Amino acid sequence: MGEPTPAPPLDPAARAADLAEAAIGGDRRALARLLTAVENRTPVAEAAMRRLYPLAGRAHLVGITGPPGSGKSTLVASLIEHVRAAGRAVGVVAVDPSSPITGGALLGDRVRMQAHAGDRDVFIRSMASRGHAGGLASTSTAAAAVLDAAGFDLILIETVGTGQSEVEVAAAADTTVVLEAPEMGDEVQAIKAGLLEVADLVVVNKGDKPGALRTAGQLRAMLVGGAGPKVGAGGAGAADQGSPDDRRATRPRPKRPEVLVTTAATGEGVPELLAALDRHRAAGRAGSSADARLARAEAQVWAILADRLRAALHDPARAERTRATLLEVAEHRLDPYAAADRLLATLDARDP
Amino acid sequence: MPDRPIKVLIAKPGLDGHDRGAKVLARGLRDEGFEVVYTGLRQTPEMVATAALQEDVDVVGLSILSGAHMTLVPRVTKLLREQGLDDVLVTVGGIIPDDDIPALTESGVAAVFGPGTTIAQVAEFLRANARARD
Repeated sequence: MGEPTPAPPLDPAARAADLAEAAIGGDRRALARLLTAVENRTPVAEAAMRRLYPLAGRAHLVGITGPPGSGKSTLVASLIEHVRAAGRAVGVVAVDPSSPITGGALLGDRVRMQAHAGDRDVFIRSMASRGHAGGLASTSTAAAAVLDAAGFDLILIETVGTGQSEVEVAAAADTTVVLEAPEMGDEVQAIKAGLLEVADLVVVNKGDKPGALRTAGQLRAMLVGGAGPKVGAGGAGAADQGSPDDRRATRPRPKRPEVLVTTAATGEGVPELLAALDRHRAAGRAGSSADARLARAEAQVWAILADRLRAALHDPARAERTRATLLEVAEHRLDPYAAADRLLATLDARDP
Repeated sequence: MPDRPIKVLIAKPGLDGHDRGAKVLARGLRDEGFEVVYTGLRQTPEMVATAALQEDVDVVGLSILSGAHMTLVPRVTKLLREQGLDDVLVTVGGIIPDDDIPALTESGVAAVFGPGTTIAQVAEFLRANARARD
């Protein structure tokens, strides 16, 4: 054990309190330890959150997602450089996938972010997705809250852009940036339905490559068209015509993301992206980011509830009954809905 | 969670560009169920120590084929100690003459893996010797 962190045989609450105070006080090792606890969902993490969560909520959380190879890590590295030039402290949570087969992971996002080793106001943490169903968003959001409480002004959450959980991670941020590479051609269409819908800003990276401006133009055309009231009516089409305005107002509305072009490798366009991030945040403060915060709170609490539920159903008092119920479903003697109801009922009885 | 993955930093300090071995090992350990942070080529000892601290890794694996291990390795282990990371297991891989191994061990290296070491051997050593974590 090193000097800045306490010796282990403390109870979780005491250890959490020590680590939390140290992290708030600027101890980066304690901060790293807390992030591990959050990742592992330990009692220490839960206890520490009681102290840290009220301090969080000040930082600007930016989710960055996009297809593999679109330049997310390079863009993050370039953003770090520009943010530091402005004197703000920046934290990064970079998520890479875990192997569903071995549970192992190769976390390679740091490769492009190593230039700030001597700067204590840059803190980069890689995180494996660990196959949490829906829980990754809650883990990375909790990690962001720890960095927030430790005083980082801007927190970038970088995800891989290939699955539903990444959409959730990105959507949990105050501002969501979706990266595209030039000349994705017809693939752009394919990606549209998922990722681009959650984008507050769309960035066409590798702006020095041929076709970047054309791609940006296409995206602008598609996104503006897609956000209009006509298309917002969707498949309902004619039936929707003449529907009252208030009905239209309650329907979830697609965002109208700004489309920017960057060349992350040279830094071209990155100051403009930072300015757009700041604008989005300022606008959000005036209104719409309350929704983002509520959605984030809901996603976090729901994921924790699911965890708690699972743990309760597996605790020694109920484990056998849970297993028996699952077995009945496996053998088709009970349908899964009835099984869920029955398991919920066992929770109602305090002492099963 | 007792069986959570062991987290390993694979770093290449110094100026040689031979990163095939480091990449093969990083990939191999991934397949053995480790979480591997790979930092790439030309890392300074400061970069390695900062990454080890921020990532809160259990193991730091250094790959060196330039012959500069007697300079670079003690600087990394010293920086790790200064940052309170003396419970992190440090291993070295690459072309390391047998005569240098005692000095490296003295500086805090737990094992030196030369050519011919299998990934399974490395994985087994790490599982047996990585720090017990809370």
